Parts: sequence; structure tokens; C-alpha cells
Amino acid sequence: MNNYDAVGLTRDEYDRIIDYIGREPNELELNMYGVMWSEHCSYKHSRPLFKHFPTSGEKVLQGPGENAGIVDIGDNLAIAMKIESHNHPSAIEPYQGAATGVGGIIRDIFAMGARPIALLNSLRFGEIEKYDRVKYLLEGVVEGIAGYGNCIGIPTVGGEVYFNSSYNGNPLVNAMCVGIIEHDKIHRGNASGVGNSIMYVGAATGRDGIGGASFASVELTEESEEKRSAVQVGDPFMEKLLLEACLELLDTGSIVGIQDLGAAGLTSACCETATRGEGGMEIDVLKIPRREKGMHPVEVMISESQERMLLIVEKGREREVEEIVEKWGLHAVVIGKVTDNDKLVVKEGEKVVADIPAESLDSSGAPKYYSDYQVPEYYKEAKKFKYNDIKEPTGYNEVLLNLLKSPNIASKEWIYRQYDHMVRTNTVVKPGSDAAVLRIRGTKKGIALTTDCNSRYCYLDPREGSKIAVVEAARNIVCSGAKPLAVTDGLNFGNPEKPDRYWQFRESILGISEACRELDTPVISGNVSFYNETDTHAIHPTPIIGMVGVLDDVEKACTMYFKSEGDIILQLGETKAEIGGSEYLSIIHHLETGEIPFINMAMEKRVQEAILEAIQRGLLESAHDLSEGGIAVGLAECSMEKGLGAEITLNTNLRRDLELFSESQSRFLISVKPANLDAVARILEESRVPFRSIGKVMGNKLQIVMNQETVIELPVAEIEELWRGAIKCLIE
Amino acid sequence: MKFGIVVFPGSNCDIDCYHALKDTLGQDVEYIWHDTEEVKEYDCVILPGGFSYGDYLRCGAVAPFSRVMDAVKVHADKGKLLVGICNGFQILTEMGLLPGALVRNKNLKFICDTVALKVENKETPFTNRCTHGQIINIPIAHGEGNYVVDDEELEKMKKNGQILFTYQENPNGSVLDIAGICNENKNVLGMMPHPERACEDLLGNDDGKFILQSIISFLEGGWKSE
Repeated sequence: MNNYDAVGLTRDEYDRIIDYIGREPNELELNMYGVMWSEHCSYKHSRPLFKHFPTSGEKVLQGPGENAGIVDIGDNLAIAMKIESHNHPSAIEPYQGAATGVGGIIRDIFAMGARPIALLNSLRFGEIEKYDRVKYLLEGVVEGIAGYGNCIGIPTVGGEVYFNSSYNGNPLVNAMCVGIIEHDKIHRGNASGVGNSIMYVGAATGRDGIGGASFASVELTEESEEKRSAVQVGDPFMEKLLLEACLELLDTGSIVGIQDLGAAGLTSACCETATRGEGGMEIDVLKIPRREKGMHPVEVMISESQERMLLIVEKGREREVEEIVEKWGLHAVVIGKVTDNDKLVVKEGEKVVADIPAESLDSSGAPKYYSDYQVPEYYKEAKKFKYNDIKEPTGYNEVLLNLLKSPNIASKEWIYRQYDHMVRTNTVVKPGSDAAVLRIRGTKKGIALTTDCNSRYCYLDPREGSKIAVVEAARNIVCSGAKPLAVTDGLNFGNPEKPDRYWQFRESILGISEACRELDTPVISGNVSFYNETDTHAIHPTPIIGMVGVLDDVEKACTMYFKSEGDIILQLGETKAEIGGSEYLSIIHHLETGEIPFINMAMEKRVQEAILEAIQRGLLESAHDLSEGGIAVGLAECSMEKGLGAEITLNTNLRRDLELFSESQSRFLISVKPANLDAVARILEESRVPFRSIGKVMGNKLQIVMNQETVIELPVAEIEELWRGAIKCLIE
Repeated sequence: MKFGIVVFPGSNCDIDCYHALKDTLGQDVEYIWHDTEEVKEYDCVILPGGFSYGDYLRCGAVAPFSRVMDAVKVHADKGKLLVGICNGFQILTEMGLLPGALVRNKNLKFICDTVALKVENKETPFTNRCTHGQIINIPIAHGEGNYVVDDEELEKMKKNGQILFTYQENPNGSVLDIAGICNENKNVLGMMPHPERACEDLLGNDDGKFILQSIISFLEGGWKSE
């Protein structure tokens, strides 16, 4: 193996390094390029497509390129947010993989100066009914997220979990963190001010997580188990101290720049802060606190040990920093200084061990690849599906129950009950409704948070599926009574060097861009995870959309649950014969095919605006968007929390299974007090939103009559028991 | 009348207790840093929830050796009020200020939920605003809330009315469904559920006020044991 192969680079990339530095790189330098030019750090295959994203807007205070994006919510306050993947570590060591994913994303938020206030997690696993390995991964990942988030005291308020065979060998673990910050307290990772000190604070550097970024940039294979040492180990208590110490430090005005040590460790933190600042930096590896003796400079520079931060401190104020850090039981040491020679110089005592133009290391210096793309066969094949190909089932009670207990639709309570979702006492709408709502202390405001992605749609049609992921996130935000503001995206795909995978990625970016532009929700941060595949297949394209929205009056927050008997239930939007890619088709007919539902962005916007207005005027008792499982599952979901049934009449020309389980877009269920019906109808008519009254909240049964025939009649208690217990039942 | 909330490294619910007492109930309240030597000016000291010192050894095992804890013990020995919530309860049993111990939940998982508690004894500084047998809904969030104690001690606790709260549906395996207890002298309370998380309608529930208001009534001298 060539020395460049060993660090995951190609011959061309090696030559590029020689061009930059004018000589052969030494071992340390080569390793630094290896981690920085890995896909995970350099985005070399994805960056050329980022230009499509809308990233600015009057409310965007910080777009992509920093540790996290920041969006204005008024009152001099802003929300910092970012999502990040930890897929490969979690596939090998689920507890620590997931825990350190949470730890890493929290650091990204407080590195901006924001106080982290909420966590969300988007998880994907293989077929839980079939494989014990999947159960092991799920239990480990959930415990890891709980172990870290609960201990550090940041509530885990939302997320989603889906199961699909495409994730059998490669689960996805995407963690999102949201923080709150005052406009004038925003900090960035800039090493500016020549002569300023570079200080290191937090945990000592060990041999864990060596080469993690490179490990994340190749496909998972049988040998991946051997890379367990590339997985880091988390210490949430250390991070809690680091978080409090850093926020206190940032208030002193002594900190010029701050950066967390994440993927590629010190190498990345030094290089990124240097290039954002004056351009140069000099550090001494001997000054770095270490966990063990005999560590080589390469190990020190690329270790991904957790809970470490880099501070750029105004010269002369180092002692002040040390004192605050020591109060929190930690240590801070000066490891170097800012220079203006555009070079990242690493010394070992007096000896220079690396001397590299800083910019050449980071993503601007890394190669960019415009991969070939090609429409895969399956894409055209899937569109040939006709619903007449499948037989209409008999016994809709049974069909509905089978859907409700299927792992994708079943309650995720077994999971979120392990997460402390209430700590810090701001959680107004808890996990289980469409979006989580948090109040913003000291104001009347609230924020709504969600993550979304139907990856089956994204597989069958990456462009339209990705649009739907964005609008569905927005629907969840709107149903909570909040106005959608901004997006952070976690893009999980297969190997970008394969043309069909790259096509999926490209289509997905274009779909997200279009939807975000239409909804005026710019992409302010994000993460790309490629190479999510095993020897046999890639995962479904999974562009996870994390979205934040704002409520001017948090008291107006709305949930999806029916509230009282006699309330009138309206269906907004039209049901069409659209079961391609549906949960119904997958669970009941074992088919993953078809043309996915059509999304009309103009209609979508009108419906969302109408719902938002109705909620803000206090006219709605509940609001819920229709997604997986269609109107039948949607009605069941609204019934459960309070055990209130519904008497529903659906008159239709569609085949009965289509009416009940179609996943047509831009549809919502709302419930309204009879006295408010006229006012709501007026809003909907003015917005040209099609709607129909389908029944009322009544009793303790869910009853659906279609064209004078009762097709579903089930006690809510029975539905709920099955739905709530299904995941627990599968695991235990 | 003044409340003090001890802040250990790793305390998380210190801020929640502070807001519940200050913003919701209008009380005079301060944080007490763990490195302090005196707690003289406080009428009620609270050990809040969280993961003090990371809780890597055993929940609550390290906090008793914090510098502030000698003074906290003197405070309790004088008969002043001391309240341990969640991790605070674990710390109080580690210190021997309350009997028994808290071990891992029976299902070996962390549990976060809102549960129904029954008030078993209203004749205490912590429950005097409740009615006997009242059901209150209070959140729990713990991995180690399974209360264990030897039979002899348990009998004593029953006889003295030291069992203050029991779970209606036992979530964690606690003996006799115990959720909260006090010492023999009835000035030290330990409970796994978080009353400070249930003090506002906006958050869905304000049953926690029954407990915090009881403490306030007691301190105001508005309540005497019958």
C-alpha cells in the first residue's frame, strides 16, 4: 500500500499536496491532509452542489460555513441550530457512537455562544422484526442518546425513527441541537489578531477516535468491526462543565474566537479557525494535555477525543480564562499563537514537524469532484405500478390495526420515554405530537422543532421526495401554530462515486432547494454523510430536514389531539388515488414501488398559511397533517392521547383502500368548536383551500362510514393499546 | 424567608427549581455554589436533580464529599428544612440523612414521564397543603429511582408516617411503591419526582405547587402539626 493510500487519498490528491507545499509531505503532514481531505471534512463530492441551496434571508444571521446556522426570532434573540450524522460509529458501537454524536452537535451550538436548549434525533434502522442485530443497535443508540443528553441536562424533545430493509447493514443516527442566543453575543471560530493566544480547554487528548473522519468516508464492510478504535468515547459530565465554562468565558469579552474539536480533531480546529481569521497559526504539540505517554504527533493531531475546545484568547487575558475554567474544575493551556503568514505550523518543542499553507488543508484547498450521474433503472420501473395491480383487502379494521402496530407508524413512546424531554422546564408540547414546542423564557414567544424525511419517497423519486420532506417538516411546524423559519439538513446517501447514487444526491439537493425557496425557509446549516452502504446495497436516500419555527404567542401552541366531544372535524386538501410509496403498500402488500404522491407547492403554501392564521386566531382545537397511513391512521392518531373517538363519514368515488390510506399531499385534519366553524370556513375559502366536514369528535370509538357502509369501527382503547405497545413488544 | 439551591458540578435542575420558586411562586431564592462553607441564611435548602459529578461511580455517591455538605448537614441537624429531589434524594440517602437507597429502575431503563402520586401523609412541612390520599401528577426522570430499604427500617418509617408519596402505578420497582419519604424529624424530604417541573399550566400541569406551597406555608408559620 502506498503511503497516500493508507490515509485514504489518491495519487492525484497526493500530487496536489506536493504542488501546494513544493515537496513531499512528511508523515504528519500527509495524515493531516488525509483527514482534512476525507469526504467527511472536505465535502469534496457535495460542495459543488451546495450553490443551489437558498442560504440567505432577512432573518438569517449566520448561514452555512460556521459551526452552526443562526436565525432571528425577534426580541434581540436568535436560534442556533445544526444537525450532524454519526452513522458509521453507531453501526459499530451503538452506545458510544450515538452518545458522541449528541456531544459533538452540542459543542457546535455552544461554540457559537448559544445556550443549547433542545436536542432532536433522527434515526433509521433495518427490519426490526427480522434481525436481533437491529434490536441491539436500536437499544444501544437510544441508550447512548439518553445517556449523554440526560446527563448533560438538555431535553431531547423530538425526532423520528423509521425502519426499512435498506438500513439493515447501515443504520442512521443524526443528532440535531438547537440553542438560544442574543444577537450581540454571537461568536465565531476565527483565529484573528496576530499574537493572540491559542488555548486548549477540556478533556485530555487520547488515542480514541483516531481517523474517525476517514472511517466515516468509506463504505461499511465486514472489517469495519476492527475500526472500533475509530469510535470515540463520550463523557457528558465533562461536556457539561465545558459548556458552562465556555458560556461564562464568552461573557467576559476575552474570547476572540472559539471552535470545537470534532472530526479530524486539532488538525481541523486549527486549520478552520486559521483560515477564517488572519490565516496563520503556530502550535506546539508538546503542550497538548495527553491521556497517555508516548503519543506520536500524528496521534495528537488527528485524535477525535471528545469534549475539547479551542479558544483564541486576547493576548494578556490568558490568566482570566484559566481562572474561570478552573472554577469549573477544568484546565486551560496555551498551545500556540495566531500568525499572519497563512501557514499552519506544528512544532514538537523547538522542532517544526508540520508546515502547511492553512488554506490548502481546508475545504477550499481540497479537490472538488463533479461526479457523473445516471438515472437508475428502478426509477422508471417503479412508475409503471398501477393500483389495479393489487387486490382490495377485506376487513378494514384489521388493515388499520396492522398499520398502527407496524414499527414506522407505532408510537415511539418506548424510545422517547428514555429521554429526559422536560429538563429546563420549557417543553410546552412534548414528544408525540407533530412538532415539539418550547417556550422562550422572558418572552411570550415559543419555538417549534421537528425533523422529517420519508426516505421511501426519496428513493422512488429523490427530487419530489426531498421536496415532500421539506414541506412535511413545515406542516408539522405549522400544525403546532408556528411560522417555519429555517432548515438544517442532514444528507445521508450512498457512495457518491457511483453514478446512480450521485444522481439521487443531486436530485435531492435540487428538490430541497426548490421547496426551501418556495417556503422561504433557507438552509442555514447541515451535514453530508456519504458511503452509507454495505457490500450489497445502499441506504435509501435520506435527506433529513430539521426545521425551526416561531410562535409569537406560545400560549397559542396547538397539538394534534382531539380535545372535546362535539368538535367538528374537517379534512383540508383533496384525497386522490395516490398510494405509490405508501406505508399501506409496504405493510399490507409488501411492495415498495409506484409513483409517489404529487406535490403542488402553490396549494401547499395556501393550506399552510390558512392553518397558521386559524391557529393564531385561536380558532382550532387540533391540527394534524396527514402522512404515512393516510386519513385512517391520521384519525386514529388524533383520537389516542385523550381517548376521544370520532364519528366519520367519507363519501368518495375512490376505491375504499385508496380513500383510507392514500398519502396525497397538502392534507390536514383539524377539529373546530361548532361556534368557530364559520370563521374557519371563511379563512379556508379565502385561501382557496378545498375542505370538507367529515364528522365530529364523539364517544370512545373510531367509526368510519364510507358511502353508507361502516368500514372501520374500533374502540380507541384497543387501538391505543396496540399502537403504544408495538415497539416495546418487538424489542422485548 | 429564603431558599437556597445547591449547585454541584453536573446539577441540571438547579435552574428549574430556581424558576419555579422565584418566577412562579415569588420567593426569595439563591444558588449555593458547592465550594461554599456556610448555608446559615437559608430556611430551606434544596439539593436539585441532575448528575452531580457525572454520577459515574454510583448516583449521589460523590456529592456528600463536597465542601458545602458539612454545612448542609448542620442546617438539617438544627431542624431546618432540607429537600432532595431526584439526584438530591440519592445524595441524601448516601449521606444517611434519609434511610434506604436508590438502585437501578427495575426495567434497567431511564424513565421520563408524568406519573400519579398519592399523598400518604399530609401532616408534614412538605405536604400540608395537600389532602390525605390526594392524587397529584408529577414528572419523573431517572434511571435509578428504585427505592430499597430493610424491613425493620420500613416498619419504623410506616409507623412514623415518613412515607409521604407513593406511585399509583409503580414505574421503577420501589418497595411499597415509594416515591418520596422524610426523616423521623420530618424536616428532611427526599423524592424522585420533580415538583419543580409541574408548576405552570403552560407546561401542562401545576400539581407541583401543592408541595412547594406547603413548604412556603410551613416557613411562614401558617402550619403547625396537629
